[in-house]
Amino acid sequence: MAGGDPAMNAKLPPSIPFQPVDYAAKGCHFEAVIAPDKVVEAAALLDGAGFVLDTITGVDWMAEGQMEVIYDFFRLEEALRVAVRARIPRDNPEIATISGVYPGANWHERETHDFFGIRFAGHPDLTPFLLPEDATYHPLRKDFVA
Amino acid sequence: MTTAEAIPAGTGRETFVLNLGPQHPATHGVLRVKMTMDGEYVARAEPVCGYIHRMQEKMGENRTYAQFLPNTSRIDYLSAMTYTHAFVGAIERAAKLTVPPRAEYIRVITSELNRISSHLVWWGAFLLDLGGFTPLLYAFDDREKILDLLEGITGSRLTYSYYRIGGLYNDVDDTFVKGTRQFVAQMRPRLKMYRELVTENIILRKRLIGIGPIRAELCRKYGATGPVIRGSGVGYDVRKIEPYSVYPEMDFIAPAFPEGDSMARYLVRMEEMAQSLRIIEQGLDKLPAGPVMAEKVPRVLKLPAGDYCYAVEAARGRFAVRIVSDGKEIPYRVKLRSPSLSNLSLFEEASRGMLLPDALALMGSLDLVIPDIDR
Amino acid sequence: MKNLLHMLLAEPFRLVLALLVIMSFVGLNAAYLVWVERKGAGRFQRRPGPTEVGYAGLIQPIVDAIKLLSKQLIVPDGVDATLFRAAPLVVMVPSLIGLAVIPYSDKLVGRDINVGLLLIFALGSINVMAIMLGGWSSRNKYAIISAARVVSQNVAYEIPTLLVVITMIMVTGSMDLNEIVRQQAGGFWRWNLFRWDVNPLAPVTFLILYVCMLAETNRSPFDMAEAESELVAGAYTEYSGMGFGVFFMAEYANILLGCSVATVLFLGGWQSPVGIWSGLFWFLAKMYFLIFSVIWIRWTFPRTQFYGLLNLSWKILIPVSLFTLILSSAMLKIF
Repeated sequence: MAGGDPAMNAKLPPSIPFQPVDYAAKGCHFEAVIAPDKVVEAAALLDGAGFVLDTITGVDWMAEGQMEVIYDFFRLEEALRVAVRARIPRDNPEIATISGVYPGANWHERETHDFFGIRFAGHPDLTPFLLPEDATYHPLRKDFVA
Repeated sequence: MTTAEAIPAGTGRETFVLNLGPQHPATHGVLRVKMTMDGEYVARAEPVCGYIHRMQEKMGENRTYAQFLPNTSRIDYLSAMTYTHAFVGAIERAAKLTVPPRAEYIRVITSELNRISSHLVWWGAFLLDLGGFTPLLYAFDDREKILDLLEGITGSRLTYSYYRIGGLYNDVDDTFVKGTRQFVAQMRPRLKMYRELVTENIILRKRLIGIGPIRAELCRKYGATGPVIRGSGVGYDVRKIEPYSVYPEMDFIAPAFPEGDSMARYLVRMEEMAQSLRIIEQGLDKLPAGPVMAEKVPRVLKLPAGDYCYAVEAARGRFAVRIVSDGKEIPYRVKLRSPSLSNLSLFEEASRGMLLPDALALMGSLDLVIPDIDR
Repeated sequence: MKNLLHMLLAEPFRLVLALLVIMSFVGLNAAYLVWVERKGAGRFQRRPGPTEVGYAGLIQPIVDAIKLLSKQLIVPDGVDATLFRAAPLVVMVPSLIGLAVIPYSDKLVGRDINVGLLLIFALGSINVMAIMLGGWSSRNKYAIISAARVVSQNVAYEIPTLLVVITMIMVTGSMDLNEIVRQQAGGFWRWNLFRWDVNPLAPVTFLILYVCMLAETNRSPFDMAEAESELVAGAYTEYSGMGFGVFFMAEYANILLGCSVATVLFLGGWQSPVGIWSGLFWFLAKMYFLIFSVIWIRWTFPRTQFYGLLNLSWKILIPVSLFTLILSSAMLKIF
């Protein structure tokens, strides 16, 4: 959490390693890369600080053998967008669910599971959300063949 | 009559599952809601989405940036301009293109016209749900005028694809400016008529006041934005909090009502229409001369590797785009954050224990467009 | 020969003739009230309504009737077949019988009995039973919910209706509808609506009767039974072709009956407002004016909630109509 606007710094939970990002170019104010097992803790800290969950994005980095889960948060009172990123191994993608902290994450995680096959441990109902109920494929994987 | 789940034995009551199926006059689009009913009360309402899932995000990985542009209009077809704005905004941010001021003003004017036409559809359809059949046709009458104006400059009535990476593809002419001013002048008395005849109607007020309360904290937990959160007292509007384009130079308010019931959300949208008229007027007054396209937009556009985001205030709430690029001319990942999905996700918790017509009034007041949820 | 004619016009044949005339009157009205409704709705919504079929769409109802007749009468699997088929038949009965005792003019009455008002309201609840039968036998969740709502709504609104009718019986002293109309002769200030010496709250009573009539016939803003956007088509969801057509016609027949009763009880029936040239024309004019207002209200107001509907009846209309009843009886006793 070095650098950046001190007023914004004051709103961020200190234990998450946020780095400032060029907002004009990227559209995000701060980013943090954390280990996948710290995700729930980070979400709880951000919830306590009054952030809103924007969305959960999955990215399939096939060449690196990893999948990335990006959690976007924003604030309601002023412009402050943060992203928390976690990388998980591609052949066994599993990460803890944050739907206990943010109930809105429920659907976002189901959708990410639909598209990438990432399992969200502890999720109450990880059934297909947008794909048909009996779908076993994950279309946004880079090696997906229709 | 089948009973899917019974309340635990001993209470002597049974629940039954009522399927508000994908084809139903009240759900706007193909949304299925599995309602577990306890008599007339909703025990659990579970929305089942995916009936119009078109995999827009995969299409984002198969096309160049310019080729994906028409897709953006079709995500939420009622508020198409703002969705295109988010997409081209993210690319312009990444490629460091400066959009000329005339293009920015025209973008704002057309986005606000689109917002009004989207709210008119919502208003007509919402009242249709509540049993008032006539306002729909009055709303569509006004909407025709907007659609005619926009058809004159874009060529389409619904899915515009008007903005291009770096500006607009077509400049506006005098007919548009004069026509828009005329429209603003005649829309204000129409809004007044709607307020007197419909908003102040006693049956409508009984139907909406106190119905479907949503607390601001619930909105925050689910990420609901737009008129849903503004109807719960929080004045969050992307145009005000995270301003983009030339909104900082416009004088308008983002209306918020504290009650949190369906009437508050209704009033937010009606007031937003009036504020949009103000923005359009100011935009027309301040419209500078000049080009409408940035110079030197590369024909083959390759964004540097990294993530780029852009958020706009669409008619339904906060729409955000995240483009992950790996340096090629085809994006690596396009993530579309749709407002209707977040707005609908709180329906299950908010509608517990409500009567069926009240739950439907709540759903109507959330202003859902199902292709926006399913993408 | 003359004897044959006299015999034919004697009572039993005359009644059959009256019934045939009424049935065709109801049928024609049901068909053309649909036309009026569609044109009216169109004009309220700033569009022309049906214009294609015939001049100004006048042949539209006939064409619609032919279409409905040509559809297959589907009886879904698993329904109670007898009740399902019987419901449309039963629903037309009360309005046909009720219209037989309404005085269209001094001499044009189907059957001038001295308990006409009692007959209308005694048989009037049968159509509730018919909708209940239709909804219940359809074996469809939406239909059942709708049928339950209809019963609840109609029972709630019968009570203020009957209280108002009792008030009017006390005021006029008779249950014979033609007698009630004869009492209102001599100009519009003699109509029961303006008879404030006996019933000072007569306009309120009329309003209560009007609102209850809207609710009894399941018309907007009280159309819970067929609340389209909630329950698809409500109790009639499973009916197709002429079965649905009959329910539809029955709704208009009930409106006819309700407006006729309101006209007779309050607006002077076939009496002219200026005291001379009374007759059929005035009755029809007043009745159609009331029907037009019913259509107007339908296309203007949204629907109330179900509990709002019941609250209106139990908490507002019943106390007010009880009060007018007591007030009228007090006025009659004292003055």
